[in-house]
Amino acid sequence: MTVIAKAAAARRELAGFGRTSKSAAEVVRPASLEQLQELVAGQAGAAAGVLARGAGLSYGDAAQNGGGVVVSPVTGPGVELDATNELVTASAGTTFAEILTRVVPGGFILPVLPGTRHLTVGGAVGADVHGKNHRQAGSLAAWIDQIDLVDGTGGLRRLTPGSDPAGLQATCGGMGLTGIVVAASIRLRRIETGLIRVTARRTPDLDATLSVMAAATTEYSVAWVDATASGRSLGRGIVETADHALLADVPAASPSLSYRQQPGLRMPALPVPIITPLTARAFNSLWFAKAPGERTGLVDLATFFHRLDAVSGWNRAAGPDGLIQYQFVVPAGAENIIAAVLDAVQRSRCAPFLGTLKRFGAISAGPLSFPAPGWCLAVDLPAGAPSLRALLAGLDIRVASAGGRVYLAKDATLSQNAFESMYSSLPAWREARARLDPLERFQSDLGRRVGLC
Amino acid sequence: MLSDPAKHAPAAERASVPARGAAASARETAAPGREAAASGPGGGFRRVLLIGGTSEIGLAILQALRLSSETEVLLAGRDAPRIRAAPGLPGRVTVLSYEATDPAAYHSLAAAAFAGGPVDLVISAAGVLLRQDQLDGAPDQAGLLIQTNLTSHVTALLAIAAQMRRRGRGTIVILSSVAAVRPRKANFVYGAAKAGLDAFGRGLADSLHRSGVRVLLVRPGFVIGRMTAGLRPAPLATTPDRVGQAVAAALAGTGAVVWVPRSLGPAAIAMRLIPRPLWRRLRM
Repeated sequence: MTVIAKAAAARRELAGFGRTSKSAAEVVRPASLEQLQELVAGQAGAAAGVLARGAGLSYGDAAQNGGGVVVSPVTGPGVELDATNELVTASAGTTFAEILTRVVPGGFILPVLPGTRHLTVGGAVGADVHGKNHRQAGSLAAWIDQIDLVDGTGGLRRLTPGSDPAGLQATCGGMGLTGIVVAASIRLRRIETGLIRVTARRTPDLDATLSVMAAATTEYSVAWVDATASGRSLGRGIVETADHALLADVPAASPSLSYRQQPGLRMPALPVPIITPLTARAFNSLWFAKAPGERTGLVDLATFFHRLDAVSGWNRAAGPDGLIQYQFVVPAGAENIIAAVLDAVQRSRCAPFLGTLKRFGAISAGPLSFPAPGWCLAVDLPAGAPSLRALLAGLDIRVASAGGRVYLAKDATLSQNAFESMYSSLPAWREARARLDPLERFQSDLGRRVGLC
Repeated sequence: MLSDPAKHAPAAERASVPARGAAASARETAAPGREAAASGPGGGFRRVLLIGGTSEIGLAILQALRLSSETEVLLAGRDAPRIRAAPGLPGRVTVLSYEATDPAAYHSLAAAAFAGGPVDLVISAAGVLLRQDQLDGAPDQAGLLIQTNLTSHVTALLAIAAQMRRRGRGTIVILSSVAAVRPRKANFVYGAAKAGLDAFGRGLADSLHRSGVRVLLVRPGFVIGRMTAGLRPAPLATTPDRVGQAVAAALAGTGAVVWVPRSLGPAAIAMRLIPRPLWRRLRM
């Protein structure tokens, strides 16, 4: 406990991005790596354990550890770009925005970009994030060369594909329960311009949306699905297919290589949700109607990758009850589950907002990594709807029996039974964790809920 | 995972073009609301405690929460055989012997409840209702009513709240009543206990603000059930099931108070505004 006192602990209530399942913990920001190691080593016998928290952008309770210790990132060396080897090494607390700002001017881009740029490297590793190019590029784990990890004894380990493949894989997607990531090295990809060539196509129903997605051969593809459309229009949306623009594609006067963050608006805290069944429907219809049948154009990186970051704190639009994002993947052939979920969230009047549909490629080697081949749907739902949790429990069972799984970084409601029926490589993960954290010092609310710790 | 990304060739799985009519086939198979209802996770509660194990409202709340079969349900009350005989609840049910009129019973209750793991949800529902004319001539009965309906809640909840605060999470549901709003001559001892409990609940909620522990204060109107058998239902009367549904719905949100029925909220404001000479004369 003396160690904690030194590192200035403060008891704080923490929530995920969805703001649904808050809990209070001692939040500590160690001043140095040594202090962090001491802190972990000193956790022997503490019931609720310790957990690292990055930007707190996972939706549910993944970055919370009620009654225990939550560690903020140690300030590290930041970003080191190794242009020769096309590699970036960043401390765990570095955000993707900081990395992009650094590497894009050099003609590089992160090979995997999730929908927000504010997440940290540590969080990205823990959730093994994916982007709109999963089908081509895989998840982040496929691009990681090295992770520095403080294990359960406080020791510093360097995990590489050569030294400890199982430990590396269990840490990618391991939701922070194998240790505290201190730094990671990610291989980069080269880009010629800072622009993306996007083709947007409006699709009238789910079959059309899925067909266009399945036929896409571009690097990136994603469909924005109108989660409020029902009946014949169920699953209608706008499919975006995109590639990095080559120098030859862009006018000579185009802006130079850079990643610029738009200043962004800020959503005020509202006493009531502005996302209701009515407004969700109106917004989606309007947004769908104004999309052209098909259009191709050039947009900058931030516009393409991080559109939602333009309104910071947009999660507050769901009101004080918070937001649940239901994100799952089912194998190709189980498209009926996609339709069933869209249908179910509408019928329960849960005011589904935007849905995002992606096609996933090969499965990640991480035993707890989310991506698996097939279709991935994410739907944002205001959490206050009374029947929502029961509804999601039913959907969990359907997703699991179709051979699918729910994304732990988004999840707030999964039960242990449902979780175990989705992640069949769990024994491999437990084995790696037993080695990296034999005393089970790393714990989280999510981990306790689904029986990971 | 660390294989060359180039190997993640999409060709193999690009072959599967979505089945035509995926949407249509889903329509036939999906009956989500009802199906799901049978197996809901009860808001993620893994261990719940009902103080007042035979309370109709308390049990109705547990039913409405659609607890999963993994949930541990602790029912605390004095009439263990009757609690055991109660209609089946989902989850693994354990009966804890608890005598609300014993001022020291809270201690062993809290210890027993947390012995097998942290309690996620406690529903404080112990209570008796005695007619005012029975109490007028029996002050010690009135004292017992206050002990059961107020003091036992205060002691048990303080002990439980301390555990939850340490853990940084938990939910406390307190059964207050519309009777807490303004004393009626027809049941003012009961009303006094509820008013005390209501004030305690509000204060407890404020003291637990930002601790990760949540307090939900439930203010039902006249609830038609065993406790009120033989009494004439008041306007805006409700049933244990409806209270259960309303509490389950409120637990999904973040509100601090739930009125059942909802229209009782505005009605309570009106009740407060009635001039006292008139209030005194109202037959209710």
